[in-house]
Amino acid sequence: MSGIANAFRRHPELMVAAVLVLTVVTIGLVNPVFWQPSNLFSLLRASVVTGILGLAVLLVMLSGGIDVSFPAFAIAAMYLTVKAMIAWGFDSILPAFAMATGIGLLLGLVNAVFVHYLRMIPLIVTLGTGTAVRGFILGVVGTSQINIDQMPPKLIDFARTQLFSVTQADGSQAGLSAMVLVYAVVALLIHLLLRHTMLGRGIYALGGGEEAARRVGFNIRQTTFLIYGLAGAIAGFAGLLHGAMIWTANPRDMVGLELDVIAAVVLGGASIFGGRGTVIGTILGGLTLVVITNSLIILGIDTTWQRVVVGLIVIAATAATAWRDRKRIA
Amino acid sequence: MTAPLIELRHVGKSFAAVRALEDVSLSIGRGEIHCLAGENGSGKSTLIKVISGVWQPDQGELLIDGQRIESMTPRAAITHGVQVIYQDFSLFGNLSVAENLALSSELQEGRKLVSWRRVREIARRAIDRLGVDLPLDALVETLPTSGKQLVAIARALMSDPRLLIMDEPTTALTGREVAALFRVVRDIQSRGIAVLFVSHKMREMLEISERLTVIRSGRVVAAGPISEFDEAAITRAMTGQEIAAEGYRWKPSPNAAPLLEVENLTIPGQLEDVSLRILPGEIVGVSGLLGSGRTELALALFGMQPGYTGRIRIAGQEVRLDSVQHAIEHGIAYVPEDRLTEGLFLAQTIDRNMLATSLGRLSRAGVVQSGRAARDAAGMIREMAIATPTGDRPVTQLSGGNQQRVVIGRWLLNDPRLLILNGPTVGVDVGSKSGIHRKIRELARARGLGVLMISDDLPELVENCNRILVLHRGRLVSDTPVEATSETALGEQLAALA
Repeated sequence: MSGIANAFRRHPELMVAAVLVLTVVTIGLVNPVFWQPSNLFSLLRASVVTGILGLAVLLVMLSGGIDVSFPAFAIAAMYLTVKAMIAWGFDSILPAFAMATGIGLLLGLVNAVFVHYLRMIPLIVTLGTGTAVRGFILGVVGTSQINIDQMPPKLIDFARTQLFSVTQADGSQAGLSAMVLVYAVVALLIHLLLRHTMLGRGIYALGGGEEAARRVGFNIRQTTFLIYGLAGAIAGFAGLLHGAMIWTANPRDMVGLELDVIAAVVLGGASIFGGRGTVIGTILGGLTLVVITNSLIILGIDTTWQRVVVGLIVIAATAATAWRDRKRIA
Repeated sequence: MTAPLIELRHVGKSFAAVRALEDVSLSIGRGEIHCLAGENGSGKSTLIKVISGVWQPDQGELLIDGQRIESMTPRAAITHGVQVIYQDFSLFGNLSVAENLALSSELQEGRKLVSWRRVREIARRAIDRLGVDLPLDALVETLPTSGKQLVAIARALMSDPRLLIMDEPTTALTGREVAALFRVVRDIQSRGIAVLFVSHKMREMLEISERLTVIRSGRVVAAGPISEFDEAAITRAMTGQEIAAEGYRWKPSPNAAPLLEVENLTIPGQLEDVSLRILPGEIVGVSGLLGSGRTELALALFGMQPGYTGRIRIAGQEVRLDSVQHAIEHGIAYVPEDRLTEGLFLAQTIDRNMLATSLGRLSRAGVVQSGRAARDAAGMIREMAIATPTGDRPVTQLSGGNQQRVVIGRWLLNDPRLLILNGPTVGVDVGSKSGIHRKIRELARARGLGVLMISDDLPELVENCNRILVLHRGRLVSDTPVEATSETALGEQLAALA
């Protein structure tokens, strides 16, 4: 096998990186507006929530499962937290994020209970819990959208923080959201967990084979609870971050987002069969997806095509990884 | 006299109403290579699991170094130096060789963080200790079976075991890999580690082990030093019946018209100028090392190598076999090597598996005539003597031998003229093996079926074939009547080619 093909097989991230570069260069050639700092910064900002949710899905997919409940959990955590902040009149960042993360964690542990003790298929479990949680929020907590005038001001101020800003050619200012940094920190923590702790290696081992993982001495229950609990917690965190960044808390938000996020993770080289995938790949996959879907406008393509593009990306990326994994197994 | 390393005394174990083990006594000395033989379902795996602490025996006792062990758990077994290498190796294909080797010891030490440098060091030491060469950074799934097995052995040796149990270690290995494995096993033995070798292949038992224990239906039926056994004695003990190698005595008439004629069959890089003939009722064996082109030959005859050059005639008529559909139309049937992945629909019933290639014939206007289908399937279950009360059971419930009968039976329903069998009894135990052999010979003789039998198992070829072809690097190097050759001669011929 040639050196390049080999490098791609050993480091699937290189493939995603190549796709990303190709996409960016193509779009930039069609419409140079793409290269304006304001556009680039807004793409980075747009990839923050998708990317963080992608990391949650990555954890589950590595273990051989799949999660479609996280948008519901994210919205539930966000809506409940914002409601509580307004009702109890607390407006500080850390307790708010702690609460959202905690709600996500609890919901994630519910998934773990079903998956571990009842040995249910993760897809069915998370379809069920996700739907139930959405129903609960709309039916019991409320259906009304909380707009900017009611949103806790500190939350909005936090999400508006900029790392730096530059003056563009036309004299306008373009700033890079500090949320990119939050994303980087979450990504780094997950990377360290996956790469440098036994708990993280246990997730890969579980994805490689549950029976084998049990035989070498991994605690399967602990690992399963860690995976789904952490995925839920990350989703809760990302949910509140999302609300803060768009200045609204809408209980009907993020419907259908699971497909975009799963597309990003698969595009990032994670295997739908488990055991394969990296944080850096997921980040690149998320960026690629965001760049493609958000650039349709500047490419002059009607945005109604966005869902078609997402669907095609899921199919193409899954086909590519499935083809790769089959070649490995054969 | 010192106590044996491990001793079982009158061990019994039942599951629900089934007695899996009854009054089993067994002792393994230090540094001894002990062979545990028995057919599928004889209780071998239960016995391994009792020794390794997975299951507690209902009766009897387990002693290590003469000390009675009250309650054996998997952890206690490991502490006492018992390591098991399961047939599936329990490795992680998605992780590197180094990590596979280091994981269990890191977990045993209760480490929370991973130092990749230490992982590599641990792995390097493990590999050095085994004295083999393995790429530390390669993903385990990219290794051949023999490489995966070495990783599993290296990992087992890391905890300084005193007894290494290997469950059917040679199943997926080629002859040369088996020889390499035996060198490793002898090397392990030379360090004073005992090996319990679980197998149902006689040749291997006789070659590697010092002592043998044969179990059948959960009881020990024979035990002793290997020198007291020969193949016939082991077979008798394993099956409880006399299975004599009878040979295929039927001779085709010399002026019969050939069923299949192949002239100058060539597939670039795979087969070179292969010519052969098969008469009706004739069983022709094909042997050769891995990569000799024998599977490619079978695939070409089954229409899966459309790019071939050369001529193929069936019953005197020239045909072009460039699709499986054509091959089937010309009466060719192929039973693949790996029946689990290529030959069977594992999630389906016996009947459905049996009828898989007959549905077209059994349909009228696109609708399967279920009455005829059921009759055909039931008839074939009887003809192939498949051990099942009804055909609506899942095919996975059958033993390896019976599954193979389903695959063969499926093709017989199409009334083929040429049956190609690739490794017809791989993974099938001795008793059903001779049953399958008898059936194949009977079919060839009664139906005038031509059979091309590809096999690694030389006794199988000598016992069943009229002629034996040897392929090497895509060329036909010999075509010998069975009377003019023997297992030993064939073995030497193949060894010389390696």
